Amino acid sequence: MMVKALMNRIGYLGLWFLNICAAVGRAAWFFTQILSWGAGFKAPFKRLLIQIYQLGVLSLPIILVAGLFVGMVLALQGYHILVSYGSQEAVGQMVALSLLREFSPVMTALLFAGRAGSALTAEIGLMKTTEQLSAMEIMGVDPFKRVMAPRLWGGIITLPLLTLMFSVLGIYGGAFVAVEMLGIYDGSYWGNMQNSVEFYEDIVKGVVKSVVFAVTVSWIAIFHGWNAIPTSQGISRATTATVVQASLAILALDFVLTAVMLGGF
Amino acid sequence: MENFAELNELSFSRDGRLIFDGINLKIPKGKVTAILGPSGTGKTTLLRLISGQLKPDSGDILVDGLSVPRLSRGDLFALRKRLSLLFQSGALFTDMNVFENVAFSLREHTRLPEHMIRDLVLLRLQSVGLRGACEHMPSQLSGGMARRVALARSMALDPELIMYDEPFTGQDPISMAVLVKLIRSLNDQLSLTSILVSHDVEEALSISDQVYVLSHGRVIGEGTPEQVRQSQNAELKQFLFGHVDGPVSFHYPSKPLEQEVLPL
Amino acid sequence: MTSKNLEISVGAFVLVGVLALVVLALNVSGLSYRTNDQSYFLFARFENLAGLSERAKVSLSGVTIGRVVEIKLDTEDYVAVVKMAIDKSVPLTTDTSASILTAGLLGEKYIGLSVGADDELLINADEIDDTQSSIVLEELIGQFLFSRSE
Repeated sequence: MMVKALMNRIGYLGLWFLNICAAVGRAAWFFTQILSWGAGFKAPFKRLLIQIYQLGVLSLPIILVAGLFVGMVLALQGYHILVSYGSQEAVGQMVALSLLREFSPVMTALLFAGRAGSALTAEIGLMKTTEQLSAMEIMGVDPFKRVMAPRLWGGIITLPLLTLMFSVLGIYGGAFVAVEMLGIYDGSYWGNMQNSVEFYEDIVKGVVKSVVFAVTVSWIAIFHGWNAIPTSQGISRATTATVVQASLAILALDFVLTAVMLGGF
Repeated sequence: MENFAELNELSFSRDGRLIFDGINLKIPKGKVTAILGPSGTGKTTLLRLISGQLKPDSGDILVDGLSVPRLSRGDLFALRKRLSLLFQSGALFTDMNVFENVAFSLREHTRLPEHMIRDLVLLRLQSVGLRGACEHMPSQLSGGMARRVALARSMALDPELIMYDEPFTGQDPISMAVLVKLIRSLNDQLSLTSILVSHDVEEALSISDQVYVLSHGRVIGEGTPEQVRQSQNAELKQFLFGHVDGPVSFHYPSKPLEQEVLPL
Repeated sequence: MTSKNLEISVGAFVLVGVLALVVLALNVSGLSYRTNDQSYFLFARFENLAGLSERAKVSLSGVTIGRVVEIKLDTEDYVAVVKMAIDKSVPLTTDTSASILTAGLLGEKYIGLSVGADDELLINADEIDDTQSSIVLEELIGQFLFSRSE
């Protein structure tokens, strides 16, 4: 009896694992289908513009406001930690490095997953539910090229730009708090920052992170839309799955990328 | 008579349920062929098989001499430019207005100059009587109008075969009559081949040249509308004339009522 | 949304993004060599910089009047040569002394100047002779322990 129950458990575990493998395989196949744009893809530019508008311009308010506040909080917290060592002059360096290396890529990607990723999933899921994707296929137009590819590339172009804007807003928000409110000499705020921030080590690597996150989030979002069960409940589940999985993927990948970049292993 | 499409010994199952069990259909060129059957017999699935969106378990589907299940993705998309399918919902692209919906396949598959696209689209819309609605968005259209726009869109590239999925469902009598007239007249004017999937018996029989009746994965009746009406097959008669009880039981299979409701 | 407006808003978005990169590169990572036209250069030699870096501030009576723009090693005397950009509006006398100081216990290093009583003024490319190197904490502790043990 016990043995049989145990065997059942193991069986379920195996099934669960196989299902995960199948899902990953499907997602990978899906990714190659999207990437194979090119031949037969006419006038992609206009569609790319529309996606950059939808994903980027419409995400601007949330990104900019979030960047400003994150920078301000970092300056405030950093000041109170550093002041006990008498090193409050280094607050600019702390704000800039934490933003460029971690906060901007990660926070922007998380916000992007919530704001743009969920919208992508819902939009494509709805197109599937209302048979628009089927209709396109029947009309001899490949939805991978027509619908999915511009959205993926739109995400890849947009997220790094949003990340850069987040950093700039955060650093100026931090400067406002540190210089105007806490009375740090502005030459120290900027000078310390400029001494420690390296263009390649900090800024470029942050952008590389955000490109990786952009691919991940857009891929997950588009896949879940395409894979959604064509009912309203199916779409809502797919949207939730996008936000949850994309967020976890961002955080896990961030650790891996940081480890690789810092060479801690 | 030449056949535009043929289904030979076609079997298909989904989720372990056999939907088609070795059916044979011949779709003659230039005619309207109606495929009738009760809900749930997989009529829509049949259209998806013909258009290559699904693959059969066994058997073959020939469209204009090409075996659809064996085509490569590229050849399939090339073939699909010559087919068109009118979805039950219309499946209009919700982010484009009526004009752009109809222009979609012209823009995708041709390099016509803008003024020619404009003329072609307006002519198509004229033929379904909705030229005045070309600036509307799909959400502003009634169900019947959406289906007419979808019809105009599926006509845009002059297809050779057009498939209608339940075109009459949920239509008021006026738009039903409009659609019946449109399907017949478009077929004759453009010398198309039409496949009409429906469970609206009277409308389907009134416009078709040839009829197949499907039930439980098999063909239970075929011939001209007149032949089908005269058939003595009990199952066919129950479906055509809508008797409540017959070979198809009113009750879903269950335990005898006495056992479940009145345990003594 | 018309085609034109779409192009304009997306174009603006991309430009702002690129501008953000430029701001980060120039203002934050200091990739630029922001030397004010309104400054003149002075040199000073130190035995030990102990953490003084380029772009560190140069202050007089606690007010920043310039920046360190370049640090080199003199391979003949084995001392560090620091090039400073000083605001033109601040004249310095020839007997000005320079020392490397620390802001707070563990804070940043900077150069502190103190002006003497001479009448002559330093001009561009002059050198400050009177310098005092940074106090290195480890040496200080070492000296302290050494003097105690005697």
